[in-house]
Amino acid sequence: MDNREVTFEQAMAELEEIVKRLEKGELTLDESISCFRRGVELTKYCNRKLDEAERSITMLIEGENGVTEKELPDMGQGR
Amino acid sequence: MLKMMSRMNILTVSELNKHIKDLISKDAVLSGLWVKGEISNFKNHYSGHFYFSLKDEKSLLKCVMFRSNASLLPFMPEDGMKVIIRGYVSVFERDGQYQLYAEEMQPDGIGALYIAFEKLKKKLEAEGLFDASKKKKIPYLPRAIGVVTSSTGAVIRDIINVLSRRFYNVNLKLYPVQVQGEQAAGQIAAAVRRLNELDNVDVIIVARGGGSLEDLWPFNEEIVARSIYESWIPVISAVGHETDFTIADFVADMRAPTPSAAAELAMPERAVVENRLDSLMLRLRNAIMKKTSMERLSLKRIEGSVAFRQPFNRIYQDRMLLDVQKKYMQKALSALNTNYRNRLSLLAATLDTLSPLKSLARGYSITKSKKDGSLIKSIHAVSVGDRLEISLTDGRLGCTVDSIGEDNNG
Repeated sequence: MDNREVTFEQAMAELEEIVKRLEKGELTLDESISCFRRGVELTKYCNRKLDEAERSITMLIEGENGVTEKELPDMGQGR
Repeated sequence: MLKMMSRMNILTVSELNKHIKDLISKDAVLSGLWVKGEISNFKNHYSGHFYFSLKDEKSLLKCVMFRSNASLLPFMPEDGMKVIIRGYVSVFERDGQYQLYAEEMQPDGIGALYIAFEKLKKKLEAEGLFDASKKKKIPYLPRAIGVVTSSTGAVIRDIINVLSRRFYNVNLKLYPVQVQGEQAAGQIAAAVRRLNELDNVDVIIVARGGGSLEDLWPFNEEIVARSIYESWIPVISAVGHETDFTIADFVADMRAPTPSAAAELAMPERAVVENRLDSLMLRLRNAIMKKTSMERLSLKRIEGSVAFRQPFNRIYQDRMLLDVQKKYMQKALSALNTNYRNRLSLLAATLDTLSPLKSLARGYSITKSKKDGSLIKSIHAVSVGDRLEISLTDGRLGCTVDSIGEDNNG
């Protein structure tokens, strides 16, 4: 399954949907198991997404060669 | 003298006042205008209406503001206050007094800006720039957040602080602009457009700290409004304090009361997201465990049934039943056989009595035409000279008709 185009939000929404369907208990065992597998996959994906981004606080500066990013003095770490 | 007067059209006082009122109400200027001056003789009547005068160095104008408009004023007018009033001039017929009927009132100074604000707001609203249907959804977890504000000052610091607290590994890109003064509007609009070109953020916060209406003015400029409207990246506006509303706020996909609040709207708390994920995972596990244990239970139930305990019982039973049925069938068949045989001999006997062979043995014969083999039953079927074949009990005779004679009693 290709998750590259799925946003975090879509993944969360699908996960919620799957949990709801599974909790209803109306699926066959096979369907339940494939739902469960998809759910685990989505959870992993979401957790990965949460950690994926690295902290980056920058200022965009227009120059002759387009925009460059300069790191901002980290004002946020104080708190 | 009296005679002369009687020939003229003499009006009553009421008629005259009515006439003047009609004249005034037809005047385009007087029916909708802005007036500025200083308030005097201000009376806040118990009915909720305001009665006062507006004056400048030379003149005085009677004014009234009815409760429906007065109750909407965000401030309480007082004597000596300089204001700009929107309203219309009409005549109070009872007193023969023309006066200004005030509908809106603004403290003067920012009055001009206020008028421009209202004008632009109306225009853009009519164009549909504020339509709720055009508002884009703010992403739940943006990969990167663009911020258009000053690189110095409390605003960017507050935003960074709030974002860092909520989600430490945040990705923020500041596009620095002036947020007040001549250049500000152009820079803000250009920044929003540039961020759309660069396309490396999922949401844009356009922010400025508190200030006077003049300070916030760039966010009321049309160029800023249009850049926000045209942005396909969702925009959160956070300009001034909670009570300040700018045109940018109306156009933005979401308005935040303060820059800190904008940061909160742009990014969820990591702990909250993690909790939500954990609880979903837990529910997922519980649901599948419940399902499998239920399936296991029903499997046990099936395994415990008679069919599984003595699987050949059924076969033995069926075989016995089959044997019984077979015997029945054989019996029925032989009974049927006997029945048919009896019926057959009965039919043969009947057939025998009907056979023409017996008649031939008794001396009758059968005459047929030699030509076509047809049975001759009448003398009219033959002519003299026809050849016939007569069958007797032991053979056939070939004959020729010599004569034909009709029986008289025939």
